[in-house]
Amino acid sequence: MTLTLDSACELHPDVALRPEPFGALAYHYGNRRLIFLKHPDVVAVVRDAANHRSLREVLVENGIAESRWPSFISALTSLAQSEVIRVH
Amino acid sequence: MEPTAALEQDRISDAEATGTRDSAQPQIVEELLIEEISIDGMCGVY
Amino acid sequence: MSTSSLAAQMKQGLDAPICLTWELTYACNLQCVHCLSSSGTRDPRELTTEQAKAVLDELRDLQVFYINIGGGEPMVRRDFFELLEHAEHCNIGVKFSTNGAFITPENARRLAAMNYLDIQISLDGANRATNDRVRGEGSYDIALRAMDNLRDASFGRFKISVVMTRENVSQLDEFKALADSYGAQLRITRLRPAGRGADTWNELHPTAAQQRVIYDWLMHHGEDVLTGDSFFHLNAFGDALPGLNLCGAGRVVCLIDPLGDVYACPFVIHDEFKAGSVLEDGGFTHVWKSSDLFTSLREPESPGACASCGSYDACQGGCMAAKFFTGLPLDGPDPECVSGHGEHALSSAGAAPRPSMDHSKPVRLTVKARRSPVLVTHHSGGSPS
Repeated sequence: MTLTLDSACELHPDVALRPEPFGALAYHYGNRRLIFLKHPDVVAVVRDAANHRSLREVLVENGIAESRWPSFISALTSLAQSEVIRVH
Repeated sequence: MEPTAALEQDRISDAEATGTRDSAQPQIVEELLIEEISIDGMCGVY
Repeated sequence: MSTSSLAAQMKQGLDAPICLTWELTYACNLQCVHCLSSSGTRDPRELTTEQAKAVLDELRDLQVFYINIGGGEPMVRRDFFELLEHAEHCNIGVKFSTNGAFITPENARRLAAMNYLDIQISLDGANRATNDRVRGEGSYDIALRAMDNLRDASFGRFKISVVMTRENVSQLDEFKALADSYGAQLRITRLRPAGRGADTWNELHPTAAQQRVIYDWLMHHGEDVLTGDSFFHLNAFGDALPGLNLCGAGRVVCLIDPLGDVYACPFVIHDEFKAGSVLEDGGFTHVWKSSDLFTSLREPESPGACASCGSYDACQGGCMAAKFFTGLPLDGPDPECVSGHGEHALSSAGAAPRPSMDHSKPVRLTVKARRSPVLVTHHSGGSPS
């Protein structure tokens, strides 16, 4: 399952996000997975995703340059596979 | 030394990038934005 | 940021532990010969229920995701379920380690009804004889009965945790089969010469050949079997084992002991590795963030005597606890260094430090009428030294 710019996502309710100097730690209480979000921008996108109808919107609203979008889509796809975010 | 359980994001080639391509489009920036840790209790712990 | 910087980030320490071990009591119904905490009798200074709840509140504020509860035998505490429920209220996950004696059918059902609770049953032999030689007569049956009760209560997936010794390395496949038969997850961990482990280390720690067996077996089964990252010293054999492969003591994890003292990890319950106490001003938070010990553990390590060895990047010089309790310097090889550098260092090692406390019960040697004697160690009493 690959996410696209048209996907609508939200942070999974079983996930805790804890800020760290370099970004955040995401811990999924259901599947026990622990993931580092290694840049504050990806943290911002993950937190904000539920407020938007598409990933394109979230990325634009959070000022992410288009040249970075493929990396973000790839990271968000990994997060979806780990159930840290989910399509809604 | 690299954590072997890391989930690294794949390289995205220009051809796979979504959206339209402008001939003046800057290069795609590749970033490692997330990494999964296998942390079963951590060394020395139950 | 590159991948390698993640391990570096963790070595510098995190703002809060990701998880930590909390030994709730030094009391125990068993007297395993290799007990890392020399448990057996309760200490009169153990944290009260209110003090323990205050610690949980602090951990909640620090956003610690989960705690690993152990002991002694944590279920011996009369407030055990009360503390579990408080942890649940605080949104702190609990993973606890037990010998299973108190996992009655009723308790199994009670545990099955709780949110975010993982259970780990200790077992050190795939059959009664091997297990009971180390954990005491009846302990194998106790453990299996606990597993049956968890299964019958539909608890879900629990773990079976095995400490690898000279006597059970040959049983790795049987342990896996046992875990599979319960739908349980197998966990194998490294024996350290900590607590009572120091007294039987020479007889029980795996041989050099057995270390290779463990490494090869883990490379084959790695993704299915947990290790608590305790075998990274074996990475010098070749490809790195799955896992983070670094020592998290004082950086990512630590220990809170039954008295509220904070140590770098459960295998170094010794004044040398004591960072402070949760009962001091600033509580656990202050100890985690500002103690001298943890600050120094978070500084970059130098390879020391291992500098000339090409394996240092892979093995990280091994385990602090293993070195300390065999009298080896911390900036040198692990006693079980797979290249043999530890053995060499041991020949000129100083006297090994003794644990700071001993809560073992006084034990009478039982002489059994069979070829191999039961491994039992003597202790002169349960009071702290």
